[in-house]
Amino acid sequence: MDKISLLAALIPALPFAAFLAAAAFARRRPAGAAAVSIAGTAAAFVLSCAVLCSELASPAVHAAGAEWLQLAFVNLHMGVLVNQLTALMLFIVTLVSLLVQIYSLGYMRGDAGFSRFFSFLSLFTFSMLGIVVADNLIQLYIFWELVGLSSYLLIGFWYDRPAAAAAAKKAFVVNRVGDFGFLLGILLLARAAGTFDFSGVASFAASGALPAARVTLIALLLFCGVLGKSAQFPLHVWLPDAMEGPTPVSALIHAATMVAAGVFMLARLFPVFSASPEAMSVIAGVGGFTAVFAASIALVQDDIKRILAYSTLSQLGYMVMAMGAGAYTAGIFHLAMHAFFKALLFLGAGSVIHAVHTNDIWKTGGLHRKMPVTSLTMLAASLAISGIFPFSGFWSKDEIFSALKAGGHTYLYFAAVSAAFMTAFYMFRLYFVVFSGEPGESSRHAHEPPVVMTAPLVVLAFFSVFAGLAALPHTHGIASFIFYGQPERAGLSLPIALTSSTVALSGIALAWLVYVRKAVPAAALRAASGPLYYLLKNKYYVDELYLFFVRNVFFALTAAIRWFDRNVVDGAVRLSGLAVRRSGDGLRRTVSGTVQSYALTVFGGMAVILLASAWMHPALFGFGGPLK
Amino acid sequence: MITLTHYLVLGAALFCVGLYGVMTRRNAIALLMSTELIFNAVNINMVAFSRFQEPGFAHGEMFAIFVIAVAAAESVLGLAIILAIYRSRQTVNSEEMKLMKW
Repeated sequence: MDKISLLAALIPALPFAAFLAAAAFARRRPAGAAAVSIAGTAAAFVLSCAVLCSELASPAVHAAGAEWLQLAFVNLHMGVLVNQLTALMLFIVTLVSLLVQIYSLGYMRGDAGFSRFFSFLSLFTFSMLGIVVADNLIQLYIFWELVGLSSYLLIGFWYDRPAAAAAAKKAFVVNRVGDFGFLLGILLLARAAGTFDFSGVASFAASGALPAARVTLIALLLFCGVLGKSAQFPLHVWLPDAMEGPTPVSALIHAATMVAAGVFMLARLFPVFSASPEAMSVIAGVGGFTAVFAASIALVQDDIKRILAYSTLSQLGYMVMAMGAGAYTAGIFHLAMHAFFKALLFLGAGSVIHAVHTNDIWKTGGLHRKMPVTSLTMLAASLAISGIFPFSGFWSKDEIFSALKAGGHTYLYFAAVSAAFMTAFYMFRLYFVVFSGEPGESSRHAHEPPVVMTAPLVVLAFFSVFAGLAALPHTHGIASFIFYGQPERAGLSLPIALTSSTVALSGIALAWLVYVRKAVPAAALRAASGPLYYLLKNKYYVDELYLFFVRNVFFALTAAIRWFDRNVVDGAVRLSGLAVRRSGDGLRRTVSGTVQSYALTVFGGMAVILLASAWMHPALFGFGGPLK
Repeated sequence: MITLTHYLVLGAALFCVGLYGVMTRRNAIALLMSTELIFNAVNINMVAFSRFQEPGFAHGEMFAIFVIAVAAAESVLGLAIILAIYRSRQTVNSEEMKLMKW
């Protein structure tokens, strides 16, 4: 076991130890729980930096593991696999988790479940880090489910609120739908490949030993896991509801953990996915559709966190679309950039909610003067997500646009560009409504949150502004660090950069016209769009559609199964019980207590047996021939 | 000449007498005596088979001795039980011994 593998094994172990310690502290020392939790994540962050530096200095694959279970058909082991992708993900996950935990010190102060919150955050971080370092499918799946569990615990953190409890349940159930397919895919793949290891699976997929249709089936089943975890259409419904959790949790779920897991899995199993062009085009199509679909919903939402939630869906759509189009580097790069600016947006939104005690953007306004740090950092994040030069989102979106264009995916390219326009519009709609203009009814007494909350904003703002420079071609860009096969094109194509900037700027300009200059009143826009507005407002009625399906089709099916179970299965069980009881009742009467009647029965029985055997086997009794 | 058949007929007759006694007598001690008849019917069969089918071996006789020993033990137990019942219920009539039923 070399040094890097050892570090990589330690990185998830630290938050796990912190989780146990924090859970032990929970009752008596809330401050101790928070301290131990932050210390664990901070230590993991330091180690992750070391791993990242080592990978940057000399990219190499480090692997180590130990035998876990020996089964008849396959051996399972636990191990770590560190490559450039792992190093980058470790850095992002630990950094964002650390900042979110520090931020939570301020945000969750005085909450009754303060220490429980921190122990869950540590568990969440541990689970996500476990996914990142896993070197085989089963280990990945275990941590994958642990992420699901911790998200359930955190979304339903305020479990006395019915909406939060329902949202937690919804997240869990919707994820189960996706994970079911994922597990089937894992088992099919492992059975074909004879191993669960990523390296073995990858070389198997590349060898072309499987028929194309089977590879496509496996890839699509695996993709079901991405649909659930990374909340792609049609399993996206849990993510907006997950907003019921505390805002730092939303930041964690939406940036570094949970939703990133799906895209990360796409990257880890990229050899399998890329072995099936059909599956790749489905993935790209789903991603592109989700990008546009979610961005359009975000245009009309009123809840600050819901706008950001739909924006996350849309940005995840970008990543999945990039992966599907074969743009491995672009997808991961956007994942990294998105982690920074989306965490910042959520934490900024948390500051706003902390100050004004409402999620409704129309009740706020004019917060720029009262909360300058929050306002400026939110501005940086909004510019980054809109893709304005030279903020981080510009570089990663540009990579995606170029890859789509170069790959000849014309429709996806237009989807991406139109989603970029909507992104710029809804982000600046949010920004202008909340921070510019006159103070709204809730924002008169707003003030900047304490420094434990603003400091993480500033750190994230730094990354949101400058992290994109990693794509600069003449520094050793991201493209030569994280790639699949050959390094992709690194650098800027001027026409695409101009297009994306024009689109983003016009989106911002439109938002400015509508919400700052009020040249076009929002009400007029609403009236002009007619039924479309209500369609978007109600999120395309997807939830209603699912409810309708569940109530009518699913419940009818379950009612039939219930009837079958109650009447046929239970009926058979009760019938056998009744038969035994009745026959026992009858036989009981023969036990009279009279010895002679017993003796009669015994001898009578013996006589019957003798007569029967004499009738069936006469030879036994000397009839019809001698006994041999 | 006495053949195997003679012994078997004797055994069967003795068995039937014993069986008749077990079925019809109400006195518990007579019941025990009847079972002794059945045992001895079996013993006659075993000794006869041994003598006629396997001359020179004594397997059947050995079994007969075992049966006699077991029958003696069984009689002791049976009499002890009957005695105990008689002490508590002042009867040895099997009709009145219906304790062991549902």
